[in-house]
Amino acid sequence: MAEPVIRLEQVRKAYQIGLAAETEVLHGIDLRLEAGEFLALVGPSGSGKSTLLNIIGLLDRPTSGLVAINGHDIDALDDAGITHLRGHTIGFIFQSHLLISAFTARENVMMPMLVAKGRRDAEMEQRSAELLERVGLSHVADNKATNMSGGQQQRVAIARALAMRPDLVLADEPTGNLDTRSAETAFQLMRDENRQFGTSFLIVTHNMALARRCDRIIAVVDGQIAPGVA
Amino acid sequence: MTRLLSFVWIGALRFLWEGRLQTLFIIGGITIGVAVIVFMSAMLAGLEANFIKRVLTSQPQIQLLPPDQVARPLRDEPGTVADAIVQRPSQRILSIDQWRTIQRRMLAMPEVTVVAPVASGSALAVRGSASRSVTVTGIEPDSYLQIVKLPDYLVAGRLRLSSDDIIIGVELARNLGVGLGDKIVLSAANGPSRVLTITGLVDFGNKPVNQRNTYVALRTAQSLLNMIGGVTTIDLAVRDIYAAEATAQQIQASTGVQADSWIKTNAQFFTAVRAQKNTNTLIRVFVGLSVAFGIAAVLIVSVIQRSRDIGILRAMGATRGQVLRLFLLQGGLLGFLGSMIGATLGASALVYWHSVTRQADGSEIFPLIIEPRLFLATAVLATLTGVLAAMAPALRAAGLDPVEAIRG
Repeated sequence: MAEPVIRLEQVRKAYQIGLAAETEVLHGIDLRLEAGEFLALVGPSGSGKSTLLNIIGLLDRPTSGLVAINGHDIDALDDAGITHLRGHTIGFIFQSHLLISAFTARENVMMPMLVAKGRRDAEMEQRSAELLERVGLSHVADNKATNMSGGQQQRVAIARALAMRPDLVLADEPTGNLDTRSAETAFQLMRDENRQFGTSFLIVTHNMALARRCDRIIAVVDGQIAPGVA
Repeated sequence: MTRLLSFVWIGALRFLWEGRLQTLFIIGGITIGVAVIVFMSAMLAGLEANFIKRVLTSQPQIQLLPPDQVARPLRDEPGTVADAIVQRPSQRILSIDQWRTIQRRMLAMPEVTVVAPVASGSALAVRGSASRSVTVTGIEPDSYLQIVKLPDYLVAGRLRLSSDDIIIGVELARNLGVGLGDKIVLSAANGPSRVLTITGLVDFGNKPVNQRNTYVALRTAQSLLNMIGGVTTIDLAVRDIYAAEATAQQIQASTGVQADSWIKTNAQFFTAVRAQKNTNTLIRVFVGLSVAFGIAAVLIVSVIQRSRDIGILRAMGATRGQVLRLFLLQGGLLGFLGSMIGATLGASALVYWHSVTRQADGSEIFPLIIEPRLFLATAVLATLTGVLAAMAPALRAAGLDPVEAIRG
């Protein structure tokens, strides 16, 4: 059987370890995400969703437990190895778009490839043009991030997340700050990518209507996976 | 975004451009600092070169003299001094003992570049009813002119010194009422008188010197001073003028003759040069430090402002090394740009200052010395200062936790 894209076993995360104020926010999370899955992660604010997403995105390490991305146990990797795995395997879509304001839409899309390869090349230019066309933003490709609407910025962020052809895209409230129409466009873009190229998605959302359109829903409540939601 | 530049270069340039007001101000600060350093260094180098040229083209760098003559106390028997009060004897003009051997030994020393034997003493220059006391310097022009640049001071005639020729200062010529081709009588206290023809007039820019100094051929001086075959001093030029005192001490220890360096004979001037150099170094260090702190301050603010961008870049796979280089490069670029503009500004100010300031006689106060080396050294130093100043902000940026950085 193929390795799942995400495999978490008994993942715990605590802050201020050893101090009186020690707080555990994740209490033994088990989670699997198979290749090609489109998963919604729901839960109330403060339930530990973002912490879980940061751990899966290799931006944070768990206090204990196993985290394996595409079969790579992150405990066995050093900082450089984790950075490489993150850059080549995972795409991020943040809630507040988070484009780099110093760059244009095209350059933002190109950025993960530029970071990986070090120097701009024809392939990168072609890939970024193709992605911007897919998200319908070819006409604002040379606009600075600050010169675009929220919806446009989120579509650029989606295009950027897909630039490295990642196996997994992590989206934190991707439609949270968008109007209904823009939110629908953004969701459709992610769904199309998932169906067309088999890219796995883990979407953190509060929007139950959107969550129901995913393949599977997982709820995190008080730092644990709540049973019975599917 | 060109294909030639790497991610680190593109990022550094864009971040500097994005914060262009900050960039502009800090480059302005670096420019002023570098301009001050370049202006001061070049001007002081010029002033020093001018001073040294004036001092060293009119006197030897080391002068060898016969040791002082001392009186020996009278003794009745070994260990008993009959007369304890010993009067200092008058110093007769004596030749340096075995001077040809010493001359050969000096020529063999790697530190010594020119060796010129000189016979000098005082004499009376007479023309009709006018007479003046003068210093007669007997020289071998081939070697002596390499040390004392008489040609630089020659205002009339030429430097011909056959046995009947003499070169005198312009003031003496005026006092005696003589000119080129005229004859004067030179007589020393214990020697014969000689009639000599004036072949050249020199102007050292100093009235007493112009009145006193006269130059004749070595043999003429020897016969005038009743010192056949002898010399009173051996003048030397050395490779490293600042090591002249050490070389002089070494010569004195090995030959037994007295060796005076230009550093010793011009102690006051030399102290002034040293003080000027030290002040310049101090100013350079402090200006450099304030430039470095300025760069560091601007980049620390930039790291704080861009922490979200840094977090995003890290999330997209940028390594800590890439982030570190991104900020070090910004420091280096600021230093380099500031130094280029500053060096140009400093050099322009120097050219302007040089053109508007003049000494009382209209000559330049300092020679204009603008070396390409100065630009290169300034650029390298300022770039390095920029990179070093960027170290703390860059380490801070590279050490940012992506989660914290993105959260802002």
